[in-house]
Amino acid sequence: MKMLTNIWTLILLGFLCSAFPSMEPMRTGALKLHRSQPTERISGSAGDVLDDDPVGRLKVFVYELPSKYNKKILQKDQRCLTHMFAAEIFMHRFLLSSAVRTLNPEEADWFYTPVYTTCDLTPNGLPLPFKSPRMMRSAIQLISSNWPYWNRSEGADHFFLVPHDFGACFHYQEEKAIERGILPLLQRATLVQTFGQRNHVCLKDGSITIPPYAPPQKMQAHLIHEKTPRSIFVYFRGLFYDVGNDPEGGYYARGARAAVWENFKDNPLFDISTEHPTTYYEDMQRAIFCLCPLGWAPWSPRLVEAVIFGCIPIIIADDIVLPFADAIPWEDIGVFVDEKDVPNLDTILTSIPVEVILRKQRLLANPSMKQAMLFPQPAQSGDAFHQVLNGLARKLPHGRSNVYLKPGQKILNWTAGPVGDLKPW
Amino acid sequence: MKLSALHQSYLNRRNNIFRGQAVDPSADGAMKSPAAVFWLALHGLCCLVSLILGFRFSRLVFFLLFSTSATTNLYTVPLQQVAEEASGGSVLHFSSTPAVNQELPVNKTAPRVVVGRHGIRIRPWPHPNPVEVMKAHRIIERVQREQRAQFGVKNPRNLIAVTPTYVRTFQTLHLTGVMHSLMLVPYDLVWIVVEAGGASNETASLIAKSGLTTIHTGVKERMPSLWADRHRFEAKMRLHALKIVRDRKLDGIVMFMDDSNMHSMELFDEIQNVKWVGALSVGILVHSTNVGESSLSDVQKEADNPVIPVQGPACNSSNILVGWHTFNPLPLKEKSANHIDDWGMVLPRKLEWAGFVLNSRLLWKDFSDKPEWMKDLILFDEVDDVESPLLLLKDASIVEPLGSCGRQVMLWWLRVEARTDSKFPPGWVINPPLEITVPSKRTPWPDIPTEHLTVDNSIGAQEQIGVVKRPAKAKGSRSKRSSRSRRKHEARTVETQVSEKQTKQN
Repeated sequence: MKMLTNIWTLILLGFLCSAFPSMEPMRTGALKLHRSQPTERISGSAGDVLDDDPVGRLKVFVYELPSKYNKKILQKDQRCLTHMFAAEIFMHRFLLSSAVRTLNPEEADWFYTPVYTTCDLTPNGLPLPFKSPRMMRSAIQLISSNWPYWNRSEGADHFFLVPHDFGACFHYQEEKAIERGILPLLQRATLVQTFGQRNHVCLKDGSITIPPYAPPQKMQAHLIHEKTPRSIFVYFRGLFYDVGNDPEGGYYARGARAAVWENFKDNPLFDISTEHPTTYYEDMQRAIFCLCPLGWAPWSPRLVEAVIFGCIPIIIADDIVLPFADAIPWEDIGVFVDEKDVPNLDTILTSIPVEVILRKQRLLANPSMKQAMLFPQPAQSGDAFHQVLNGLARKLPHGRSNVYLKPGQKILNWTAGPVGDLKPW
Repeated sequence: MKLSALHQSYLNRRNNIFRGQAVDPSADGAMKSPAAVFWLALHGLCCLVSLILGFRFSRLVFFLLFSTSATTNLYTVPLQQVAEEASGGSVLHFSSTPAVNQELPVNKTAPRVVVGRHGIRIRPWPHPNPVEVMKAHRIIERVQREQRAQFGVKNPRNLIAVTPTYVRTFQTLHLTGVMHSLMLVPYDLVWIVVEAGGASNETASLIAKSGLTTIHTGVKERMPSLWADRHRFEAKMRLHALKIVRDRKLDGIVMFMDDSNMHSMELFDEIQNVKWVGALSVGILVHSTNVGESSLSDVQKEADNPVIPVQGPACNSSNILVGWHTFNPLPLKEKSANHIDDWGMVLPRKLEWAGFVLNSRLLWKDFSDKPEWMKDLILFDEVDDVESPLLLLKDASIVEPLGSCGRQVMLWWLRVEARTDSKFPPGWVINPPLEITVPSKRTPWPDIPTEHLTVDNSIGAQEQIGVVKRPAKAKGSRSKRSSRSRRKHEARTVETQVSEKQTKQN
């Protein structure tokens, strides 16, 4: 009799334990994107994986490079601290004082090379990528000759921050970037970049996509009361035609932004224009949907702003890979519209059921979502720095893939790439 | 290969525009091959052709022949005819796709997204669809309702608005303003309209347009003509309304909405925070009419009052009620109006009823939780003048200051009334319509700014008619009460004069 009751209690307990995970509102395991391409997801969602603490899960060693690679470049132009590529500088500062940093390279899991490749700015503030390949190459030559860790794995346990338009392809024009491809020396390293597009040369497997830098204090200063009613349906401020570089249209944004303008310029639901209002952040907080179309590159700081201000992002960029895509369920939060469906954008948006919209707004209101998009100074828990470290920690242990090379094995070709890149920096 | 060379030459140009002085060293190598030279020559020929034709002919040809998208709509309309000719030919990817594919590693699928020129897709009728606009508005409404539920007031209580009114020229003007404010309030509402001289049909038809729950009662006596008496009478009418609240046991928050006041929508949200009795800051829109003429002593006295006088609760630094800001009428007494038709401005009393809100349960007869500091309404039946609701309380210190301790001004007090002899079209409808139509460039009155319109009825000279320019401050309209009637009166006569002049000239 006793045994029977014991067995029943065990079964009951087992039943309860298995029932609990299914009560979670978020899905686990493989998820289907709306484009029917299954993506492996870590179990949980915003609020789960985003809250992971990387301290204790990995150790990072920061190479001491001469200041010509970092400090001197920053001193030449202080604008590098405020533009949207500033993540590389802030990541360096964060790692120097972080708890994951180790001064003993023997126990380090990951190695970080602080080289600011996106800090050579034109008078207008746009970064020139022409010297970046040489700078990166010179930095890698330095670390490979002064420390044995690069040659041990040919960079497979090293990570670099390349926040430029097309990542490590180091060019602002897409055709050129595709032609150049990722710098050959970085073939095995992990790249932390803002650019992300599926099946694109400049995004390699295992890269970590991060959001572009947006100034946190500036955005906090413009927050308005949450009960201000959201009365704008769709909001967008920015260029539709890049008159300087693509006057007829068709190249810029693959014609998507121009299509938005031509189809919806007289639609009262669409508050779109090229103006630069001073109330840009406040207006976003009064809008339900914010357009985040591609420009010359598919990513933009608009996504970060939309998430911070609770405006549902409408992402118009085919095959884009969004930041921390393995931790944040972007299809639950934003609306993805194919570029070919742009003329029907109003139909698409008005046919979304209201409950879905309210749910998206609730997910956006999650503070850990907003925190994950920011690079605050000083770093706070759950912010983008920690998400990068979480991403790196998820790739451990290194023993799985062929990270460490056998002695004498060489994979990288140090003379590959355009002739101009081989010149010393 | 061929296309990429041409493309590169175009892109080189773009490079230079994009980055200013930047020169891309790696692009130079591609120009040297003979095929590239041939295409350059062809490009030059096309440029010459375009110089003659007047538009960019080469890009057009390439765009049409090698368009990527198979959609029917292209950007520029004249292309459509040419496109029909070209559509018979093969459709190639415009960008150098073979070159792109060679660079990809073998295991990646061909990219769905191609680089290069894309058409700008425009649907056949790119204008808003009214059905969708309505759907979007419903979505917006639902989202705002959700916002209110989450961040707004939880468990909103009913509002009971008490408005004393009487039939007069500006009644429509004032009452419509109050009515529209009440119609926008998102909470349940009962509107008690107390009318002097008995409940009339005009008022009833006016408030029936609101669609709100209204209680329309009348008080037999008519409105007196001295302003001091008026204030007293209005207090009496409000007490009459409070008796209705007591007798019908209406539940909610009682607020006093005088029909000539201006209310902001935040007021209604703020009031929901009251527990028993609350006090708000009321902005008083009176000031000396000519600031420049005021003497030095006046200016000094005005320095004691704030620039816009505000009546309401005064708090110390820990936000506890310590006193009251009241309106000091003494410096303006000489200029104030006593009689209904007086020239001066109407002054408020020390503390207006409009700045107070009450929990209606305080008025109920047998309410068990009634606090002991609340006097009974019956005591005030014979009292002549109840200046403010504070007299209903034994202890004024229990009043809760609202609107971040009186720092926010959410309602404005102003009395503007027409003179008794003013002639306004009945029902505010001009029937029959005015006969004179004047071309817009010439108005019947000149733009000379005149001084004050004098009280005398002389209409003759045209110079008396003009736009009366006031100092542009927010306290604007108190003295216009007679000017408006005067202007209309004189405008009509002037129009006839002008028409006479015109006929003479013609």
